[in-house]
Amino acid sequence: MVSLHSYLILSAILFSIGTIGVLIRRNAIVIFMCVEMMLNSVNLTFIALSKHLGNVDGQIFVFFVMTVAAAEAAVGLALMIAFYKNRESIDVEDVKLMKL
Amino acid sequence: METIAIPAINFAPIMPEVILSIFAMVLLLVNVFVPSEHKAYLGYLSLVGLIVAGFTLIGGWGVPLSAFNDSVVRDNFSIFFKGIFLLTVGMSILISDQYFKREECNLGELYPLLLFATVGMMLMASGTDLMTIFLGLEVLSVSLYILAGFNRANVKSNEAGLKYFLLGAFSTGFLLYGMALTYGATGTTRVVKIAEYVSQNGVVAQNPMFVIGMLLMAVGFSFKIAAAPFHMWTPDVYEGAPTPMTAFMSAGPKAAGFAAFMRVAIIAFPSLKADWSDLLWILAVLTMTIGNLIALNQDNIKRMLAYSSIAHAGYALVGFTAGNAEGTAGILFYMLSYAFMNIGAFAIIVLVGKKGEANNNVMDYAGFGTKHPVLALAMAVFLFSLAGMPPTAGFIGKFYLFSGAIKAGYVWLAIIGVLNSAASVYYYLRVMVYMYMKDPVEEFDWMKLTPAVAICIIIAVVGVLLPGVVPAFLLNLAQQAVLL
Amino acid sequence: MLGAYLPILVLVAIAVIFGLCSLVFSSLIGQKKPSVVKLAPYECGCEPVGSARERFSVKFYIIAMLFILFDIEAVFLYPWSVLFKRLGMFGVMEMGVFIVILFVGYIYVWKKGALEWE
Repeated sequence: MVSLHSYLILSAILFSIGTIGVLIRRNAIVIFMCVEMMLNSVNLTFIALSKHLGNVDGQIFVFFVMTVAAAEAAVGLALMIAFYKNRESIDVEDVKLMKL
Repeated sequence: METIAIPAINFAPIMPEVILSIFAMVLLLVNVFVPSEHKAYLGYLSLVGLIVAGFTLIGGWGVPLSAFNDSVVRDNFSIFFKGIFLLTVGMSILISDQYFKREECNLGELYPLLLFATVGMMLMASGTDLMTIFLGLEVLSVSLYILAGFNRANVKSNEAGLKYFLLGAFSTGFLLYGMALTYGATGTTRVVKIAEYVSQNGVVAQNPMFVIGMLLMAVGFSFKIAAAPFHMWTPDVYEGAPTPMTAFMSAGPKAAGFAAFMRVAIIAFPSLKADWSDLLWILAVLTMTIGNLIALNQDNIKRMLAYSSIAHAGYALVGFTAGNAEGTAGILFYMLSYAFMNIGAFAIIVLVGKKGEANNNVMDYAGFGTKHPVLALAMAVFLFSLAGMPPTAGFIGKFYLFSGAIKAGYVWLAIIGVLNSAASVYYYLRVMVYMYMKDPVEEFDWMKLTPAVAICIIIAVVGVLLPGVVPAFLLNLAQQAVLL
Repeated sequence: MLGAYLPILVLVAIAVIFGLCSLVFSSLIGQKKPSVVKLAPYECGCEPVGSARERFSVKFYIIAMLFILFDIEAVFLYPWSVLFKRLGMFGVMEMGVFIVILFVGYIYVWKKGALEWE
């Protein structure tokens, strides 16, 4: 029997890995994958809490988060392709036309 | 196998959302079936949609109603904000056609996207369940990512879209984790039920899960309203995005972020007001000061207004910190007047700008006052209002926000606000100095003032001056709309 | 108890028969003009042999994007289908609205030409 705490700790670890990934990675697609990882760790939190609390709100939330993540993925890939067409790169180091 | 009892469905509270969604889908289809030379009609059609949605709003004033198992509500608060959103989108549509024709990126998808963004903002303002608020926020954000990167051929627009997307999705993660933890600590996602749970189980305030959840939600919302230190994305996105979309983003989604933030903070955590206020005044001071200080040093006028919009979020946060009737009514009033003055200013920027996002520097306004005295006068009115000088709506709004703070005992916060406001006069006046006191460096390449842009500017001037002179009516509405 | 599995057994039988029929009949009736490309193992339109680090055409991304969008909507169909009978007419209508909205998106994508390979 895996306890609620294990799930919460696991998802917190996954969320932190995702956050760190966003902060240190340079490739836009990898950054986006890290964001997806954050969202999915939240999904894990929701499911674990939903099971623990015995109410389905959390599970319903997960459905919406999944849909939203898919929509974001589609839009994000489109933006990256548009960027790549103009700049031949998706390295965020190259996202620097506008600076102070 | 018994059937599930379906609760009574009442579409009245989400009627504007339903209408706008239908309009958006129709526009999407019209856009692909109608040849491109008739695309201008899409803008008019979307304006019709906004007006129809506006009519369904009016009837609900003063008659609160909640539906869908308490996940959305129609109250004066949400109606006031929905009015702001409709105005913002309408005015942005009016200035879009001319701009996108000049940039040769006159794509019909613009209008459905703007309408979907409006639907998202409306859901944020009327959502009383963390789920609805989240969905509204995402419908808004996903549309905005595309709108920011709408000018596909322009590299700056690409960057704006990509940057907004990456940081927006990142902040969504925080908001969502906050919601998950709050759900775990209180066992519900309904805003009202959370409040009930917190008031009945005071110990939950010591539960780390609950506290972290609250903080993460605050971080997520702060990203969306561009409060410092979570404002980093704002200048780049506002500078790179197509000008009419910058106008829209700086007014509409910011108001929507405030609506959702206020709903969650005031309704769900009323018993923790002291903790919220401690957090909020830090945000307010940082946001005002950072926004204004960096704006002093900007030459690109869009970027300058981006920092100024950060500063304005800071002023609104002063009212939020106060948390009393004056302060919150002040936010409502201020968000409305900010929409008028900011979109008005951006309408002028659209007119002065040249193809390829050129001519957007403060220096390019040299001699504008002598060449086009009427437009320059309108710009001066908007800038005065942004600086918070009487007799404009900006002054009344700031007056209310700061007096709310003083009544709540935050005298020093109001003083910081006033000092900031005084500092901001410098960079607004700088534009005016260029407009009136410098000779034109090069000819204004006079693009014709289309009726749509003229209407937008007139609406904005009236919206800035009328409440500035006779504020009673709007203030009264704002006071009726507060959540307290 | 085991009787509950009868529909699955029938389904398996139909699947096997259908597969066998397709193979047998196409080998009996179909024309045969073998070429090198045709005889190569099938791999979704890609070269089956070569460097694994080859770049994919950007066209795959558009298809993938559309696939994700329409595919993920199926998550709403699963809980709905489980409760289909208990939801009654209301459930049918709700899902109808949902599908119509998706269909609007589909028509848009189709007319935009995003489904064309070339």
